[in-house]
This record gives sequence, structure tokens and C-alpha cells, in this order.
Amino acid sequence: MNSSQLLGVSTLGFLLASMLYIGALIFRAKTVSLVASILTLLTFLVLTGGIGLRWYESYQMGFGHAPLSNMYESLVFFAWSIVIFYLVLEFKFKNRILGAFAIPFAFVSMAYASFAKGINQEIAPLIPALQSNWLIAHVMTCFIGYAAFAVACGLGIMYLLKRDGKKEKTTGLIGTLPALKIIDDLIHKTIIFGFLWLSVGIITGAIWANSAWGTYWSWDPKETWSLITWFVYAATLHARFTRGWTGKRIAWLAIIGFVSVIFTYFGVNFLLAGLHSYGSS
Amino acid sequence: MKKKNPIQAFFASVKLTLFVLFMLAILSIIGTVVPQNKPAEFYVEVYGANMAGLFQTLDVPDMYSSWWFTGLLILLSLNMIVCILERFPNAWRLMTMDNLQTKLQKLERMGQRRLFSSDMSPSKTTEAMKDIFARKGWKFQQKSQDDGTLLFAQKGTWSRLGVYAFHASILIIFVGAMIGSFWGYKAGVRIAETTTTDTVYEFGTQKPIKLDFMVKCKRFTLTYYETGMPKEFRSDLAIIENGKEVLTKSIVVNDPLSYKGLTFYQSSYEAYQKLLVTLKNNETGVSKEFLIPPGEEIPWTEEKVSFGVINKQMTATPGHFRYKVWFNDNNGEAASMWMEEDSTSSLQRPQATYTITLKEFFATGLQVTKDPGVWCVYFGCTLMILSLVVAFFFSHRRIWVHVSESGQGSRILISGSANKNKVGFDTTFAALTESIQENEQIEAASGHAKESS
Ligand code: HEM
Repeated sequence: MNSSQLLGVSTLGFLLASMLYIGALIFRAKTVSLVASILTLLTFLVLTGGIGLRWYESYQMGFGHAPLSNMYESLVFFAWSIVIFYLVLEFKFKNRILGAFAIPFAFVSMAYASFAKGINQEIAPLIPALQSNWLIAHVMTCFIGYAAFAVACGLGIMYLLKRDGKKEKTTGLIGTLPALKIIDDLIHKTIIFGFLWLSVGIITGAIWANSAWGTYWSWDPKETWSLITWFVYAATLHARFTRGWTGKRIAWLAIIGFVSVIFTYFGVNFLLAGLHSYGSS
Repeated sequence: MKKKNPIQAFFASVKLTLFVLFMLAILSIIGTVVPQNKPAEFYVEVYGANMAGLFQTLDVPDMYSSWWFTGLLILLSLNMIVCILERFPNAWRLMTMDNLQTKLQKLERMGQRRLFSSDMSPSKTTEAMKDIFARKGWKFQQKSQDDGTLLFAQKGTWSRLGVYAFHASILIIFVGAMIGSFWGYKAGVRIAETTTTDTVYEFGTQKPIKLDFMVKCKRFTLTYYETGMPKEFRSDLAIIENGKEVLTKSIVVNDPLSYKGLTFYQSSYEAYQKLLVTLKNNETGVSKEFLIPPGEEIPWTEEKVSFGVINKQMTATPGHFRYKVWFNDNNGEAASMWMEEDSTSSLQRPQATYTITLKEFFATGLQVTKDPGVWCVYFGCTLMILSLVVAFFFSHRRIWVHVSESGQGSRILISGSANKNKVGFDTTFAALTESIQENEQIEAASGHAKESS
């Protein structure tokens, strides 16, 4: 057995778990959601094993390094972070409905890593600039933050679904979602958690840049977008702490913030890089 | 409250903060879409002359140091400073105030409160309360107040500083960045192996900067993975002061050399069409280093030797070569042998044995950074993380217990408040008040204090 088989199984596992969570939401079936949770936990263990095995395989190949060195590996870690964050949330708040709004993100991340064009799945040795423990710290902390923001975005969507004008929908499918007040509080807590990790992520990234190139900040598009994301969430926290914004507006900001996260990660690599290469060719 | 003057009110407003944060977020996007710091012709070519003209007027090609972007950062800083100054005194008061002065009236109206009655005398009840709370880590101060005894305990008092320390940390990082941009520089230098320099060239302007010490590149080695991908760039550097080597370090990307406020980073290299050959006569111990072009006969006059490199071949590892070395010392026939790049061989001759070391000749490209502000930035970053943890996860929680005489026993009023995480505090408070009833002589009283809690 090798790591890519385990990672493939995990992708399937998350697809199935997503469908079960959504099914449980639609048909209001408690047992189904329990099965979804168990499946998620099992898949999470397989995924953890897969990541560990990939790590081990890189040592077998003679240039061992933590599996956090390229787009593929970071997407897998992103999925891993979303799932562990979600599982803790589920355990803490004893609510399985959240799964329908969180696990699909993990599945999409895994599926994108496995099937998108231009994503190299090979275990490759590290070029000199990437040989740094600060880089490992940077990738891990950023992605823990991103995972929290993904869940916050899912919660934001949930909030907007549940909201009915000025009232709360209490009937039908949507009625089974947690009370608006609870979702609102969860969004806020999740953003706080993400903000802390994003801050650590930006700082460790700056330290890495300084040790590799002698510049802790150079306003390159990736750095700048991570700062934009940081500004968006800082503004969100201020709006709430000091201006008392809650509910719909915070839910929208949780979604906008996550769009910024996605852009930091993909947009900069694909869209802006493309733009730049047009410009220079 | 005093009426503020409009300028102060403007700078103290959190609406301004929101505006500036959103503006920074939105305007920062421009510089990620329009490539930065390219030559003027680039913008004309890509965006057309009109647009390029507009860009130049608005400093778009270098937007992160433009007047308007800097202006926004200054506005943010002023906003933050005024906000801190305006709010800090109140936070400080709340941290240092004597909570034993709190009036019973106020306790009766606090958000979290519960009333109990006890069969014991007030003094016994007070002791019992102290005991129970001490077990949960609440240490009471005590005072006679309002016909009874007032007990007070608090936790997390200093957490009120967290949010101020956080905003201060942003300012500290700004200060560090400014120190760096005023008193620091970035420069580059190329040093060929075995040579020494004391001059580096500032980025952009190429202005020479003279150092007050010398840097020597003793050796540069390039290693590859089996796939042919570069694995490591390594420069063995030495700092020379007054003719003496004071420091040597082998640097790689991600592990620079620092000396007297300057840091030398491995940033590039250049391969010359030359080879660095060291010859040593093992009998006499004499040795000499030669920098030779391939294909030429090189004399070592002192030893009456001549040698040269006469052929070159790629090895199984991509990017890795071997060289054919020719050697003659006029004793017997000339010898020749293949040597791998960066290797040492010995050569047996009738009169003596020679050791030959051969390697490709490189110059290392170093980036030289002087940034006297970096410690300040790092201090700010550390403070930022610590203060965020404090601001987010700690809160200032206060608990008062008022014990007074009531009939045969005592009346106990417990009130509490927290500045943040009210839900969490509600749980703590409920658990605390539950544990009080473990004492059989105390029981929940129905009274006006309880209804609304
Ligand atoms: C990059 C800029 C900024 C960031 C990232 C930031 C971040 C934060 C965060 C995370 C909090 C929540 C802390 C808490 O109460 O638990 C906060 C609170 C606050 N911030 Fe900022 N801030 C920034 C700029 C400013 C500025 C310019 C002001 C000045 C108006 C300001 C004023 C405040 C105030 C008044 C609070 C509430 C303090 C309290 O709860 O007592 N912030 N800020």
C-alpha cells in the first residue's frame, strides 16, 4: 500500500461523508448523520495515515521532508485541517448538521488536489529556498487558519439560509439548523481562531523570507493577498467588537473573507501569474 | 462626559478604522494586479501610453511606497494611537480600582447574581465562603461594608492589557520597518572563490558601499539531487579584519552569516569557464592554487611542473562533469587521468607524489542586508501573537460576595461580572454558585436578587 492510495481512499471517503451529511440534513435522519460522523472520523484517520506515509516515503527516496512543500501537499493538509477543526467543533457543540457545511470543503480540496490539471502529485526533493523549518511552521499555521475560515464561511452560508428577512426560519428543512444566535456566535469564535493562526502564519512566513532572502516583507502578490485577507478579518472583528455588527453582515463578511483566502491561494498562483506572464511575453 | 473636539473625535472613531482597513484591503489589490517596480517602458507597452501616464502620476508602479498608501498607513497609526490614548485610562482604572468600595446597591443590580441564606452566623458564613471559593482558585480580599462583610476576588485582571498591547504591536512593527528603511540598505556582491572584497553594491542604484571589514569566499559548492535538481548552494565565507580571519561560516540559503549588523545571504552564483586546481608536492609539502582555463598548458615554475585540463565529460548525474588532467614534471612520461569535479587524487611520479584537487571555479552571489530595525519588527511580532492570545482567550472576571446578618443566620449575595466571553463566565458562575450549596447550611434563597439572573 502506498500513500497515494490512502489519499485516494480519503477523497472518496469525504465525498461519501459529504453526501451523507447533506442527506441527513435533507431527510432529517439522525442515524444517517451519525454514520456520516463515523465515516468522517475513519476517513480522517486514513488521511492522517496517508500523510504520514507520504512523509515516510520521502525519506525512503532519500530526501525526506515534511509533506507540506507544494500545492498538492498543501491542499491535502488543508483538507486535513478542515476535518480536524470540524470534528472538534462537532464534538464540542454536539451538532452534526454543521458537517453538511464543512466536510464538502474538505472533499473539494482533496478532489481538486487529485484531479485538477497542473497539480503535480510526485514527491519531489526540495529546492534550497524551501529547506527551512520556518516554512513548515508557515504552511501549517496558515492552513489551520484557512481551515477555520472555510468552516466560518460554511457557517455564514448556513446563517443566510436560515435567515428569513428579519425573522428566523423555523419550519421545513432549514428549521432544523441551529438557532441564528448560536450560528452567529460560532462564526465569531471561528473567525477569532482563524485570525490568530493567520497572524502566526503571516509572521512565520516573514521570518522565513528574512532567513532565505534577507527581506521580511516585499509586497509580492502572495504576501499582499495574505495581508488583504488579514485586513478583511480584522475589519470584521472590529465591526463586531466595537460597532456591534452581528448576524447577516458578519455572515457575509465570513464569506467574503473566505473568497479572499481562496484568492490568496489559487488566484495568485493561476490568475495573477497568468496576467504577469502575459505582460512580460 | 466631556465633549470632544471634532478632530479628536474623527481620529478616535472606529468607523474610521473600518474605513481605513477596507480601503487598505481594496487598494492593496492594485499592486498585485499591476506588476510593481518595472521600467517605465513596460507600462507603456502593456497598458498603453495614456494609462501608463496615469499610473506614473498616481505612483501605481511603486504603490506600496506611494504617498497615498503611506498616507493610509499613517492614518491607521494615528487612529490607533488616539484610540489607545483615549481608552487606556479607563482600562487602567478598571484594573487598579479598589473593588471593595463597590456599593451593595450596585451588586444588587449586576448581571450575574444569586442570593443564598445560611444558618450560620455572618462571621462563620464568611469563613465558609472563603473556603469554598479558595478551592476553586478565587482568593478573597475582605472589608466591612454596608452592614456586612464584602469579599472580592478577581482573575485575569491583566488581560485587559491584551488589546492595547496588540495595537501597540502593530505600531512597533511599523517603527521597526521605518528604522530599516531609513538606516538600512540592501546590496549585492559577487565574490569569486578564493578572493576577498570589502565593497558591496546597493540594489537599484548600484552605488558602491565600503564595508569596514573584508569578506572572503573560500569555496563555493553546488550539489545536485539525482534528478539533476539543485540541492544546495554553499559558500564557505570568512570575515577578515586587520588581516586576521575573525569569523568563518559556511552559508546556505536559509542560513546566512551575520557580522556587525550586516547579514550575508546566499542568493546566486556564477560558473566560470575555469577550473580551480590545487597541486601539492607530498614530499616537500609545497602547494599552490591555480585558476586555469581548460585546454592550456600551465607551468608551476618553482616545481618545474606543467599541467593542464584537456578534456571534459558529463557524468551519470546531470550537470556533473569529469575532467581529464594532464601532468608532466619532466621525470618519465607525462601522465593523464580522469578526475570527477570537486575531487582529490594523488599521482605517483618517479621523484615525488603529488596531490591534485580539482573543482569548477565559481563566484558566489551574496545579498547583503543591513536592517537595524529587524529586532524591533520581531519584537512587535512576538508581542502581537502573545497579546492576541490574551485579548481573545482571557477575560477579566470579578466576583463579589456580600454577607450580612439576617434573622438567625446570614444573607449571602454573590455577584459577578466579566468584560468578555460572557457566555463562558455565566457557566463558571453557575458552577461556583452550585458548589456553594454543597455546604448543607447554605441554601438558595428566593429573593429579589435572584429573579432576573
Ligand atoms: C491593522 C489594524 C488593526 C487590527 C488588525 C486590529 C485588531 C483588533 C482586534 C483583533 C481587536 C479585538 C480585541 C478584543 O477586544 O478582544 C481589536 C479591538 C479594538 N480595536 Fe483594533 N485593530 C486595528 C486597528 C485599530 C485601530 C486603527 C483602532 C483605532 C480606532 C482600533 C481600535 C480598536 C478598539 C477600540 C478595539 C476594542 C477594544 C476593546 O474591546 O476594548 N483598532 N482590534
